[in-house]
Amino acid sequence: MSIASASLDRARRPDGAINADALAADARREARGLFALLSPGLSLVFAVIIVPIGWLFWLSLFDEAGQLSAANYARFFEQASYIKTFVTTFKVAFFVTGASVLFGYPLAYMLSQLPRRAASICLIFVILPFWTSVLVRTYAWLVILQRKGLVNTWLMDLGVIGQPLPLANNFAGVAIGMTHIMLPFLVLPLYASMKSIDTDCLRAGMNLGASPSATFWQIFLPLSLPGLASGVVIVFVLCLGFFVTPALMGGGKVIMWAMRMEQTTSLYSNWGAGAALGVVLLGVTLALLGFFQWLLGARATGVWSRR
Amino acid sequence: MSMENALPISHAQRLWLYALGGLVMLFLIAPSVIIVIMSFSGSSLLQFPPQEWSLRWYESYFGSVEWRDATIVSVKVAVMTAIVATLLGTAAAYAINARTLRLTGLINALLTVSLIIPVILIGIGTFFLYARIGLNNTLTGLVIAHTVQALPLVVLTVLSGLRSYDMNQEMVARSLGAGRFSAFFQVTMPQIRFSIVSGALFAFITSFDEVVVSLFISGGETTTLTRRMFNALRDQIDPTIAAISTCLIVLSIVLLSAAQLFGRGR
Repeated sequence: MSIASASLDRARRPDGAINADALAADARREARGLFALLSPGLSLVFAVIIVPIGWLFWLSLFDEAGQLSAANYARFFEQASYIKTFVTTFKVAFFVTGASVLFGYPLAYMLSQLPRRAASICLIFVILPFWTSVLVRTYAWLVILQRKGLVNTWLMDLGVIGQPLPLANNFAGVAIGMTHIMLPFLVLPLYASMKSIDTDCLRAGMNLGASPSATFWQIFLPLSLPGLASGVVIVFVLCLGFFVTPALMGGGKVIMWAMRMEQTTSLYSNWGAGAALGVVLLGVTLALLGFFQWLLGARATGVWSRR
Repeated sequence: MSMENALPISHAQRLWLYALGGLVMLFLIAPSVIIVIMSFSGSSLLQFPPQEWSLRWYESYFGSVEWRDATIVSVKVAVMTAIVATLLGTAAAYAINARTLRLTGLINALLTVSLIIPVILIGIGTFFLYARIGLNNTLTGLVIAHTVQALPLVVLTVLSGLRSYDMNQEMVARSLGAGRFSAFFQVTMPQIRFSIVSGALFAFITSFDEVVVSLFISGGETTTLTRRMFNALRDQIDPTIAAISTCLIVLSIVLLSAAQLFGRGR
């Protein structure tokens, strides 16, 4: 290298960056250190989540004779029992999501309008069930809704009904139990988004002569829709893969997607079929989440944390 | 929010809203309250309110070797999960917060992916993997599987603590000659310890309450409390489960209050 070009090279660099190479080496060392901090967690997730799911995906591509085939997927369209499972699952998911919106929206709205102290007390009613074991809550609903349960005993003692109502071990039981479990997943993100609505917008509407109900329908409701949408997608997606409540409260009559997966793998040891069910479930879940994320601009998947 | 900030709608005009909200709150809390009350019933009939009171279902819980063993397994797994998940999660949150690594978005997504994947798929996948490496029905296997599920909570909690902390303080300590580790433990950690403790509590409760994955990968001597409860509920409705449920509800309340207290300390 000539002196001229070396001087040119040096002249190109700002004064402080003469030891840029040393700084770059330091930055690389820093990056290696940070990556070392990440690697235990990442490798665990990789080993326990990514690898088995990839493996199951691979398995789903082969039939029972070990031949590459789409048989595991084709049977979803051919066998009536699979079609029935999908129909049931979506029926439950739509029903529970609808009920959650119907009950959750007024509650979140009330919470957002209450003074801070009152709201934080009322929030306990949402957060405590949210952090109570799903098993405990399903057990409670069994006790309340079964044939000789609380509701039937009370209604019969009062003479309202002569025969016990079929509330558990059927669609109604699954729907009630799951609505109870899903409600906080809707209320919490919805409440958070309602709190961030600028009250000046509402005040401006009322100043311009809008009635309280017009203010709600024309200003508040549209502004709360993104929060509602993220709650709805979380609840719907959780419903599709939900296992505990339908398994315990369905009475063997309400077979949902996740139960079907458990039966095919545990009971019949048909890993290819079970894996294919899982792959489709994951695909539907990711597609719904991706669609809403795209729709709402990367703010959908806020409050997951628990199921 | 101060009063002048509230909208000019009186509480009276809102009565219907409070009534509706109150009913939904009742719907949410009633099952837990009913179970707690019924756990003190003296009868094996499920009556509400109970005609007579006793502690027999608690005696039946604490007196049973099977229930006790399952509880011990669950506590062991939850404590170890809380420790491992907190260590790995805090380290990962620290690295993500530095934001100097490329692909931070991808790393974040990978660490929290277990929140998005249907838990039944994690259960079947883990069982399938464990069957090949002999980790089914082991404490180690349970701790690993629960750690993966608790990791996102720890990462998110600690990350939110780090975001409200000024990392320049650690830089100052290092420029004054402190090593990376002593700078972290002496300067950063004392200031984010509340979020670390909250993360650990969330990890504990996540593991302790976990049902679906445990159904697949625990059994025999490592049967967790939730697995035993699930199987018991499939057979018949034993009031002993009301006593166990009450203990679990109390545990949730204690841990949540602790997390709340620590959260306020920040």
